Amino acid sequence: MENTTRIQVPTMAEMMAKGESPDVLFWVGCAGSFDDRAKKITKAFVKILNHLDYKFAVLGTEESCSGDPAKRAGNEFLFQMQAMANIEVMNAYEVKRIVTTCPHCFNTLKNEYPELGGHFEVIHHTQMLQSLIDEGRLTVDGGVYKGKKITFHDPCYLGRANEVYQAPRSLIQNLDAELVEMKRCKSRGFCCGAGGAQMFKEPEKGSKDVNIERTEEALETKPDIIATGCPFCNTMMTDGVKNKEKEEQVKVLDLAEMIATAKDL
Amino acid sequence: MGISNLIFALCVGAAAFLFGKNVIKIKRNIMLGRDIDRSDRSSERWKTMARVALGQSKMVVRPVAGFLHILVYLGFVIINIEVLEIVIDGLLGTHRVFAFMGGFYDFLIGSFEILALLVLVSCVIFLIRRNVVQIKRFVMKEMDGWPKTDANLILIFEILLMSAFLLMQGADLTLQKLGAAHYIQAGAYPVSSFLASLFDGMSMEAVLGFERGFWWFHILGILGFLNYLPYSKHFHIILAFPNTYYSKLEPKGAFTNMESVTKEVQMMMDPNADSFAAPAEGVADEEPQRFGAKDVNDLNWVQLMNAYSCTECGRCTSECPANQTGKLLSPRKIMMDTRDRLEEYGANLDAKEKNPDDGKYLLDNYITREELWACTSCNACTQACPLNIDPLSIILDMRRYLVMEESAAPTELNTMFTNVENNGAPWQFSAMDRLNWKDEA
Repeated sequence: MENTTRIQVPTMAEMMAKGESPDVLFWVGCAGSFDDRAKKITKAFVKILNHLDYKFAVLGTEESCSGDPAKRAGNEFLFQMQAMANIEVMNAYEVKRIVTTCPHCFNTLKNEYPELGGHFEVIHHTQMLQSLIDEGRLTVDGGVYKGKKITFHDPCYLGRANEVYQAPRSLIQNLDAELVEMKRCKSRGFCCGAGGAQMFKEPEKGSKDVNIERTEEALETKPDIIATGCPFCNTMMTDGVKNKEKEEQVKVLDLAEMIATAKDL
Repeated sequence: MGISNLIFALCVGAAAFLFGKNVIKIKRNIMLGRDIDRSDRSSERWKTMARVALGQSKMVVRPVAGFLHILVYLGFVIINIEVLEIVIDGLLGTHRVFAFMGGFYDFLIGSFEILALLVLVSCVIFLIRRNVVQIKRFVMKEMDGWPKTDANLILIFEILLMSAFLLMQGADLTLQKLGAAHYIQAGAYPVSSFLASLFDGMSMEAVLGFERGFWWFHILGILGFLNYLPYSKHFHIILAFPNTYYSKLEPKGAFTNMESVTKEVQMMMDPNADSFAAPAEGVADEEPQRFGAKDVNDLNWVQLMNAYSCTECGRCTSECPANQTGKLLSPRKIMMDTRDRLEEYGANLDAKEKNPDDGKYLLDNYITREELWACTSCNACTQACPLNIDPLSIILDMRRYLVMEESAAPTELNTMFTNVENNGAPWQFSAMDRLNWKDEA
């Protein structure tokens, strides 16, 4: 049953006009704004925030690429231009706290913006959701996920890059699901193949695509769902599952989507 | 003091001199790198060194190799106490100068023997892993030739040294039993007592000959091995410590922001800046630095020290998603190439008549573009490295050179750059449509 309530997405500009400031800025990211699959993650997360009456805002058209793909591809000029422009906008709004559904934006904003003048507290949405549960503000039970077998693919820029391993796993456990680990997980997690700007180019010649290798490993755990916390990993794993013709049996979902669905939002 | 003490002193002196000379040369090569400030957070750095180098914390991620390596490492460190005694004996003509420690001495000598045996066995297993079992990371293309020989030589060296030590001990024990003058009754011989039977029935002179022979073989072997280190990947036993001390402490995902770029971007974004202004006094004389890295001297000294610290274990490569799916990229090869090119670059500097510029570069002559563009920047290599070596930073610096100096990114990446620049997103969507998702069903 499609929930027809419209989502509420205030912008920083609107908030400011009303003389208010949000508790958190939701940094949507390019994938979350433009990619059809990733937009579903964005909306699921907003539904949760709306459900909690969480006071948040987005930058909307004032947001621009964090610069991550440019930086990893070696274009430091373009990265710093993007970074400084974004920092200027956020500092003008006196942003203190940022949440994002993209580990690449998360990493860049958290680790690379401070030196360029952007000092924010940056958290990933899985961390925020878990702390909302810990605080008792958000309650979840398994719902449709109760007893389901779920494996979690660690996004490199969330896991190894920033050592966030527990929050997404706790969320899966909160859904009363059975968490099954792949052979290579946590600090030894295997990349989906999208990082380092690979998302935007054809891979070099090899024997296999990285996402196929990773999907095969995920499928070995015989999961009902491959969960992840990154729009790019989501694309790569979804493509991998389709390549293996398993899309009927195995879903690739973001944790925000699973929480929203479990709560029937 | 006799003639043998003099010869011994000369050998030790020559070995120390040669080793020192080669270490200075390696240090000179490392300092050819650009400056990078790693003088901060010293207590955190000491802790990292204690944990990763001294404590071998990342070795045990792979339990079999990790355990055997710890045995060899402990053997190496602890048996060196015995080398101290050997050197003093050799210089002064004494024998077992530490024997006055009594029971503690027995304990020491006994544990040296047990460790020596464990080291020996471990090295044999290592040889089998490399040459018989042929574990994949040891037989990859970049290991052909010298790297493979180097690895085997190190293991054979250690087996010979440990064998000589144990045989020397066995001969010594026999001499003690025979009541040979000068051979003080001291030490415990849990391993070599089984070897002593080899000398049964020999005359005292013959046993003396063997004992001296093994003694000299052992100590000259150690001095020789010491001088082999600077030419070998085995130099890691020294550089492991500074390399972990100076390793990156920031989260793995944090890549450096290039200061030179920051200045230019600030200038561009500052409406009051005069971009045609004459540069400040002195600045004009400086040769502008290349953006990114084309050759080894464009890398920083930590990256160059990384190259000399690499012991080619290949854990990075065996975790690299690009390599594991058949791409050319191997992070270990990035480090080996950097070292090889740096050695070549240093040799060019030494040959005074030759300009270090030999028309060759790290890029293209050693590391191909195809390798560089295959990296997903996932940090599996830096996570896997037992010595905190950072191949990813070299890959990134070389990409920076390709993009900012040569505009030589793959076409699709140039398209992505254009999109980010014009639309604020890597795809061709209008920036004004960025919030459209909120009204879509």
